[in-house]
Amino acid sequence: MTQLDSVIKPKTKRSKRFLESRAPKLTEDVKSAMIMKGGNTSLTITQALKDLYSLRKPNAVLYKKKNITRPFEDSTSLEFFSKKTDCSLFLFGSHNKKRPNNLIFGRLFDFHVLDMIELGIEKYVSLSEIKASKCPEGTKPMLVFAGEAFDTDNEHKRLKSLLIDFFRGPTVSAVRLAGLEHVLHFTALDGKIFMRSYRCLLKKSGCRTPRIELEEIGPSFDFVLRRTHLASDDLYKLAHKQPKALKVKKKKNISHDAFGTKFGRVHMQKSDMSFLFSPLCIFPM
Amino acid sequence: MAAHSVEALLAKAEQEEAEKLRSIAVHKELDLEFDVGNLLACDKNRIESRDFREQKKEDFLRSLARDNTQLLINEIWKLPTERVEEAIVAKLPEPTTPLPREKPPPKPKPPTKWEQFAKLKGIQKKKKTNLVWDENAKEWRRRWGYKRANDDTKEWLIEVPETADPNEDQFAKRVKAKKERVAKNELNRLKNIARAQKVKVPGVGLTPTAQQSKDELVRAVSVAKTSTASVGRFQDRLPKEKAPKNTGKKRKFEPLIGDFSNEKQKQLELLKVMDSKKPKLDITKAVNKQMREEDREEASAKYKKGAGKKGRKGNMSGKGKGKGGKGKGGKAAGGGGGKKRSKPGKR
Repeated sequence: MTQLDSVIKPKTKRSKRFLESRAPKLTEDVKSAMIMKGGNTSLTITQALKDLYSLRKPNAVLYKKKNITRPFEDSTSLEFFSKKTDCSLFLFGSHNKKRPNNLIFGRLFDFHVLDMIELGIEKYVSLSEIKASKCPEGTKPMLVFAGEAFDTDNEHKRLKSLLIDFFRGPTVSAVRLAGLEHVLHFTALDGKIFMRSYRCLLKKSGCRTPRIELEEIGPSFDFVLRRTHLASDDLYKLAHKQPKALKVKKKKNISHDAFGTKFGRVHMQKSDMSFLFSPLCIFPM
Repeated sequence: MAAHSVEALLAKAEQEEAEKLRSIAVHKELDLEFDVGNLLACDKNRIESRDFREQKKEDFLRSLARDNTQLLINEIWKLPTERVEEAIVAKLPEPTTPLPREKPPPKPKPPTKWEQFAKLKGIQKKKKTNLVWDENAKEWRRRWGYKRANDDTKEWLIEVPETADPNEDQFAKRVKAKKERVAKNELNRLKNIARAQKVKVPGVGLTPTAQQSKDELVRAVSVAKTSTASVGRFQDRLPKEKAPKNTGKKRKFEPLIGDFSNEKQKQLELLKVMDSKKPKLDITKAVNKQMREEDREEASAKYKKGAGKKGRKGNMSGKGKGKGGKGKGGKAAGGGGGKKRSKPGKR
């Protein structure tokens, strides 16, 4: 029984912690990604998958074996894998004559496929080919999207959201200023998407804010957008629904002036004003 | 002269500062959109393809990236900073880009029976210590769990109270009481869960799960078979399929010690019937039944002879008929007897 399946009483504290980490939560942890290969892969694809895995290192799973599935036709095996490893992002690489050097970026909601976007690699320079000192693993990268296509075209908008999901690291409350090293730059131009990865060097400038100099590290990709499978609007809306408890409670009866003065409103009970007109109260003449 | 030199110096300093300031200023037609919580910047400016093809691709992309990153860094540097363990840290605001969740938000669980009662009475949860002093072992032991303090099932000596039966096993009694308490707790836990789910759970095996055992499947099949208009009488069975166990009418028995008056009544009626001179067996009915059975047997024998030429089919039907005949005969006798018994009661 599916209802009674989830009613397994954990016998040890360890299994209890495990089940709790997999249960839905109010504020979610960082999403993990699973990186897998299709039936046939080329050297470019395997290298690309390895590089992207290293970009996403602590929160990614790289599968070694080939999985002979076609995500666009049948996504059940993907959903099964995601249930087993509790991953909600996936990256599927394959290579065939019709679609050479194919990468499918995708994400899942409640262990069902939400969005899938297929990108073809036209030009690829791997991590090892670029000789430069690399950033340490796990640094939160800065993401920059350039090009008006990312705002106008619907597919590009979804792709932008998917790439943000994929490449941003864990949500942190504060960031070390000296540790802002990694920059991922995506440019959309002529139906192609260029992804470059730089290391930023903070140089002295006259004032407090430093001047940036970029040094290319990391893999660089030239993607071309192929097929997409986007979620329907209402499923997309459902996936974005935030629990009520996270909504910020507005403090009532407090307002701010243009000058920044804080005004409060006090509610009182109706007081007896008749003493104003009694002979005891003297008005100045 | 000095004034001039001072002025010249000031002008020079200003110029240098302006140059340095220029180095962090970037001119863009449209301002970028920033989501500092995600360290994200979006540039909506048009990228001229002409520029792209003129210069070398990489250099163009790099300069574009440099400009955008500079603007993003300018934004980040505007945030309030604080010092945390020899590092200057900027506090990030909440991310503003809406991104889909991994799983749907958790549903608030309805309170359990105890929680409802506690809320009603205003009972607060008291924090208890983990360890309790055990007098017998003279050490601190856990409140519950493995090797707990004051475990009464583990005592080696129990005094038999005066009111208890001397032959009773006090140790077993304590162990049994513990087991009953555990079972009751488990039952209440499941009841709470069922109340929370608010779903009427159908019988085991009827709703399919991933792994179903053999008997669950057999039961599901039998239930499916009997849910036809003729209650499964004309459903064929597969060649190797076995008849399901535990089917047939459930006999309801009276409880052993229940209604005393009812039992007395029944016993008196039985005695009355035994006393009466009338015979229990209706001769005519019995004879008729016997004749009918004999007729049936003759018919089946004829059929067998005829079907012997045909072969297998005849055999099967012969067997079926034999079984049916016997069953019917048995039922008739029982029915007749039962009928006889009830008649005097009716009168």
